[in-house]
Amino acid sequence: MADKVGDKVGAVMVVGGGVAGIQASLDLAESGYYVYLVESSPAIGGVMAQLDKTFPTNDCSMCILSPKLVECGRHLNIKLLTLSEVADVSGTQGNFQVRVVQHPRYVDVNKCIACGLCAEKCPAKVDNGYEEGLSKRKAIYIKYAQAVPLKYAIDPAHCIYLTKGKCRACEKLCTAKAINFEDKEQESIINVGSIILSPGFDEFDPSRLVAYGYGRYPNVISSIQFERILNASGPFQGTLLRPSDQQAPKKVAWIQCAGSRDMTGNSGNAFCGNEYCSSVCCMYAIKEAVIAKEHAHHVEPTIFYMDIRAHGKDFDAYYERAKTEHGIRFIRSMVSRVAERPKTKDLVISYVDSEGKIKEEEFNLVVLSVGLTPSKEAKELAQRIGIQLDPYGFCKTNEFAPLDTTRPGIYVCGAFQGPKDIPETVVQASGAVASASALLADVSGSLTKKKDYPPELDLRNQEPRIGVFVCHCGINIGATVNVPEVKEYAKTLDGVVFAEENIYTCSQDAQEKIKKAIQENHLNRIVVASCTPRTHEPMFQETIREVGLNKYVFEMANIRDQCSWVHMHQPKEATEKAKDLLRMVVAKSRLLQPLEEPRVEVIKKGLVIGGGLTGMRAALKLADQGFDCALVEREAELGGNLRHIYHTLEGNDPQELLRKMTYQVMSHPRIQVFTKATLKNLSGYIGNFKSVISTEAGEKEFEHGVVIVAVGAKEKTPVEYLYGQDSRVITQTELEEKISRHAEEFKRYPHIAMIQCVGSRTPERPNCSRICCSVAVKNALKIKEKNPGAKVTILYRDIRTYGLAERYYTEARKQGIEFIQYELDSKPDLKIEGGRLQLKVKDRIIGEEVILQPDLVALASAIIPYENEALAKMLKVPLTADGFFLEAHMKLRPVDFATDGIFLAGLAHFPKNISESLSQADAAVARATASVAKGYVSVLPTISEVDQTVCVGCGLCEELCPFSAIRVVETEKGRKAETIAASCKGCGVCASSCPQKAITVHHFSDGQLIAQIEALNLVKEKEAA
Amino acid sequence: MGFEPKILSFLCNWCAYAGADLAGVSRFQYPPNTRVIRVMCSGRVDPAFIPKAFLAGYDAVTVLGCHPGDCHYLTGNVQAQQKMDLTHKLLAMVQIEPERLLLDWVSAGEGERFSRVIREFVEKIRNLGPFPLDQEMKRKLQAIEASLEGEKIRWMVGKGYELIEKENVYGERLSREKLDKLIEETVRNELIKNRIIGVVESQHLSAKEISHALNLELKETLSHLSLLVVEGKIGFDPSEEGKVPKYIRK
Repeated sequence: MADKVGDKVGAVMVVGGGVAGIQASLDLAESGYYVYLVESSPAIGGVMAQLDKTFPTNDCSMCILSPKLVECGRHLNIKLLTLSEVADVSGTQGNFQVRVVQHPRYVDVNKCIACGLCAEKCPAKVDNGYEEGLSKRKAIYIKYAQAVPLKYAIDPAHCIYLTKGKCRACEKLCTAKAINFEDKEQESIINVGSIILSPGFDEFDPSRLVAYGYGRYPNVISSIQFERILNASGPFQGTLLRPSDQQAPKKVAWIQCAGSRDMTGNSGNAFCGNEYCSSVCCMYAIKEAVIAKEHAHHVEPTIFYMDIRAHGKDFDAYYERAKTEHGIRFIRSMVSRVAERPKTKDLVISYVDSEGKIKEEEFNLVVLSVGLTPSKEAKELAQRIGIQLDPYGFCKTNEFAPLDTTRPGIYVCGAFQGPKDIPETVVQASGAVASASALLADVSGSLTKKKDYPPELDLRNQEPRIGVFVCHCGINIGATVNVPEVKEYAKTLDGVVFAEENIYTCSQDAQEKIKKAIQENHLNRIVVASCTPRTHEPMFQETIREVGLNKYVFEMANIRDQCSWVHMHQPKEATEKAKDLLRMVVAKSRLLQPLEEPRVEVIKKGLVIGGGLTGMRAALKLADQGFDCALVEREAELGGNLRHIYHTLEGNDPQELLRKMTYQVMSHPRIQVFTKATLKNLSGYIGNFKSVISTEAGEKEFEHGVVIVAVGAKEKTPVEYLYGQDSRVITQTELEEKISRHAEEFKRYPHIAMIQCVGSRTPERPNCSRICCSVAVKNALKIKEKNPGAKVTILYRDIRTYGLAERYYTEARKQGIEFIQYELDSKPDLKIEGGRLQLKVKDRIIGEEVILQPDLVALASAIIPYENEALAKMLKVPLTADGFFLEAHMKLRPVDFATDGIFLAGLAHFPKNISESLSQADAAVARATASVAKGYVSVLPTISEVDQTVCVGCGLCEELCPFSAIRVVETEKGRKAETIAASCKGCGVCASSCPQKAITVHHFSDGQLIAQIEALNLVKEKEAA
Repeated sequence: MGFEPKILSFLCNWCAYAGADLAGVSRFQYPPNTRVIRVMCSGRVDPAFIPKAFLAGYDAVTVLGCHPGDCHYLTGNVQAQQKMDLTHKLLAMVQIEPERLLLDWVSAGEGERFSRVIREFVEKIRNLGPFPLDQEMKRKLQAIEASLEGEKIRWMVGKGYELIEKENVYGERLSREKLDKLIEETVRNELIKNRIIGVVESQHLSAKEISHALNLELKETLSHLSLLVVEGKIGFDPSEEGKVPKYIRK
C-alpha cells in the first residue's frame, strides 16, 4: 500500500477518551500521526468532565478541559469513534489490525444539531449517570452540556420504542430528521502502528462498605456525587444541599480511604476494599471541603483520615490553608461505622481517634472519599488484547519502563497504570506518545490528512460586499426571534449586498448555498447570525475557504445561545437584540482584513539542560526521534541523583540503569554531551533558539528549536538533629549508600531510627518532598533483609506511600518495623546521653514520651531546588515560591512552560521517583517534538503588531506580556518594540496598555472594536425619544 | 413601560462568553438589554472604550472575564482589573455613577451565574435611570477618554501593580495607600487638563471663565493652564492680545 513505509503504519489508536486519551490524541495528531480515539460512551471527557473544581488551584474543571474537547472533536487527524469498543488486536508492533465494534447511536451525527427538542419531549426518564444518579435524564440524551461530539444518543436500554416497540416521539419532533431507529452495530478492522491504552478507572463502589450505609442512608454520598452537588451545572445548580430533604447541611464529614488502604480486601471477601492507596482522595476531599466552605460559609467540614497524603506540588500548602484559613477540621482516626437517625436523617459517625479513644459525632451529610479501582471494561479489554495485569488489576508495567505494557507497541497511561491525579495522567499520556512516536518516527506524516484549498481571492482595494446568513436553527431561533425580519433588516445595513435565511445554516446543503452565494454575488465578507462562534466558527471558515475567501473575513452574531434561548418569552425584544447584534458584527465585518498565517521554519534540534536520569532520558528520546541534541551537565559526570540510588522498592537495580543509560547517551551519534558545562545565554524563540554553552574548553554556540529543562534538585544538608556533629546521624541518601556498600557494618547497628520530614512541611518550606516516606520504607526493608534481627523505628508525621507503594508500607509493618507518629509542634528530640544517642518522642497512642536509644539515625532531609533564579531569568520562565520551576498550568500543561518551545521535566519541577521522572522526561520530549514536528510553526495571525513609527521603546508591553512574546530591540531608529509572532497568543493586553497606542491586535483592532461599540444609533434613538 | 437600559457587554472568549453560551444551553433566562462584543481576553478592553460606549449612547457597560487565576492568558484579567479600577475612579471624579461600569468574573461553567449577574446588573441600571448624555456630559466623557488614551495614565495602569510588588531602583517599595493616592492625584490632574482642553476647543475663554466652567479654584486652574501652555496643548488667542488673555486649543 502506498501509505505505508516498510510495513509500519503511521496511525495510532487511543483507547479511552478521558483526559489521558484526549491529551495523547492531540499530541499524536500534532506529531504527524492519524489518530483513532475509541470511546465506549457517547462522548469524550471522562471523569474530569464531571469534576467541579481541581486542586490545588481551584480551577474550574470543565473550563480547562472544554477547549481540549473541542480541539479533539474537530481535529482533521483525529477520528472519534464513540460508543465503540476494541474487540481484539492482531499483528505486531508497527502494524496492528484492530477490530472495533461500534454500537448504534440511533441518531445521525451529521444531522443532529443538539437542539434538545427530542429530549424535552422524550417520555422515558432515567437516572442521570453523569450526575451520579442525583437527577434524571431522558432516554435520548447528551452526556453533558459541553459534550464532544455534541450529538444526542438514544440509550437503547431505556428507550420506550426500542424496548417496547411504541413511541418514536423524538423521531416525529426532530426537525433535522436525525433520528434513525434502523441504526445497527458496526464492525471494522483498523490498521494502526501502535496503540495507547487510556481506559481510566472505575470509582470504588461504596455500597461494598456495608458499615458506612451508602445506598441505605440518603445522606451518605460518594465524593463524586459531592462534586456534582457543588457544580453550577449540577443537580442543585451549585447550591450545597443534601439529598434527603434538599436542605443545606451544616456539618459535613468526609471519610477518607473508602475502599482504599483496606487490608480486608486480601481475605477474598467481596464486601471490602483495596490494599493500595488511591493517591488522590486526600486532596480531592480537602478541595471539596474548601469549595463547600466557599459555597456556604456556615458549613463546618470535618475530614476523618488515617494519613493526609498531600504529596504533590503545592499540595501541602493547600492542606495547611484548608486548616488555618478555611477552618476545616481534620481528625486522625479510623471510622468504624455510620448510623442514621431515622427522623432527621442525620448521621452518627463512630470512630477511634489517634489516642485510641472511641468517639461518636453527628453530621448532616457524610461524603465517602471513594478510591480508584481498575475499570472493569479495561480488565476485559486487557484479556481480549493479551496484555498482563498486576495483582490488583492495573496494567502491569515495569518501574524503569512505566508506560510499556507487556505487549510491544502497546502503551499505557493514566489511572489504568495505577491510581494518580490529573497532571500525572497528562504527563503519562504525553509520555506514551513519545514511545509511539519513537516506534513510528519514520512513517510520521504518512497518513495524516491535509486539506487543499483554492488560491485566495485578492481583496485589496475592494469595497466590502457583505453576505449575511440568518439561521432559524429549526425552531431554536425562529420560534423566538423573527428571522425573516432580521434578514430584511440585514439588507438595509451598509455594505450588505446579500442576505438569506436558512433552516439550519450549519447543515451540509446550507454550506453549498453559502458557497454559491459567495460566487454569484462576489461576496467578500461573510456574516452568519446563528449560534456561537466557539463551536461553529471553524466550520463556516472552512466553507468560505473552499471558495477562495480568507478565513478571517468571517464573523458571527450569536442570536441563539445569547439571544433566543435566554429571552424565550420576549420575542419582540429578542428580535430587536438579534438585529442589534447583527448590526454590530456587520459594522466590524466592514473592517475585516484577510490575514495570512505565516510559517516560521524550525530547527529540529534540542537542548537538554541537566544530565541526570531525566535529562539523559530526554536526550535519548529526542535522539530516537531524529533530533540532534546537546546535553549540558554542570558536574563532571552524568547521572545526577541516580548515582546515589542503589535499590528501589520494587527491587530493580538503579545502578544498572545508570550504566546502561550513560553508555547509550555517550555513544549516541545524535547526542553531544557537555560536562562541567553551563548554559551561559539563550536567545530566540520556539523553533529558533541560540544557546551559548560555557565549558572548560571555552564557549560553544548551539542552534536548536526546543529546550528541555531537567536541572534536577538536591537533598538539603540538614541543620538539625545533630547532623554534622555526630557521625551516627546521617541522611537517607547516606544510609542507602551504607546499606549497599557496607552492609557488614549493620551488625553494629541493632537499632536504627529514621526521622521523616526533616526540613519539609515546615512553615519555612511548607511542601512535602514526596518520596521520603517511600525511601524510608525501602531502606528499612533493605536493612531487615540484610540483618533480620535489626530493629527499625520510623518517626513520621503522615506516611505517604501513595499509590501502589502502599503495599511496601504494609509489608514493613508486617516485618515489625515500628512506626511512631509525631506532630510538628512536638518534634522528636535527639541528644547524646552518656555517649549514646537518645531520641525522645511523644507516642500519642500511649500518651507518653518514649525514649529510644538508636545506634544510627537517618534523616529524611527535604529535597530542595538548586539556585534556579539565573536560569529562570535567562529562559524567561517562572519559579514557584519554593524555587522549583513553575509549569504553564498545574493541571493540564504539566511539562510545558507558558513560553513556547521550552519544556520541563524531573525534579526541577518537583520531587519525584524514578518512574515518574522517566514518564515526565518522555512527556517533555513528546510535547517538544510535537511543537516543531511539522517543520514549521504556524503563526497565529490574530496577534499584535507594533507600529514602530509610533513606538518609543518604553518597554511596558514587554513587561506586561504574559508570554514573553513582545520585546524591545535596537533598530536603526532606536529602541522599538516588536511582537515575536511565533510566541504571541493574541490576548491584546499590550494593545490596551500601550501608552503610545502603537500596538494593534489583528482581528480585534481598536478600529474594529470601536466600530462595534458605535454601531447602534442609540444616541439618535434617545434624542428622538 | 419603564426605562429599559441598553448595556454594552464585553465578554472574554474563554470564560464569560462560554458562560453566556452555557446560560443559553441551559435556558437560564435574563433580560434582553445587553449587546455583546466578544474579545479574546478581558485584558484587551482598552479603558478608553468605556467612555466611548457612554458617548455612543449606552447606559452601562460590563466587562466580564475569567476568575482570578483562571485567565486563559494567565494575567489578562489582572490587567482588566487595573484598567477598570482606574476607569471607575475617573467616572466618579466627574460624578458619573461608577456602578454603571461592572467588572466581574464568570467562568465557562457558570451559566446560572452569568444570567444572575446580568439580571442583577440590568435591575441596578434600571434603578439608576438613563445615562444623562447632555452636551456637558459629552465633554466630560471626552475628557475621560483623552485621559485614558494619554501616556501618563496608561503608564500608571500598566505599572501600578508592579510598583507595589517590586522595589524600584532605589530599593523603595510603595505601599498600597501611597500608590492609590499617587494614582488618584495623577488621574485628577490628567482629567482636569483634558477638561480644559475640551472647553477651550470650541470657545476662547479666560482663566477665570475656565475655572468657573470647571468649578475649580482659580489658582489650581492657572497652574494647569501654564503646564498645558508649556506642553503646547493650548495657547493664547492672538486676536485678544493686550487684553485679559484667553486660551485656545492649539
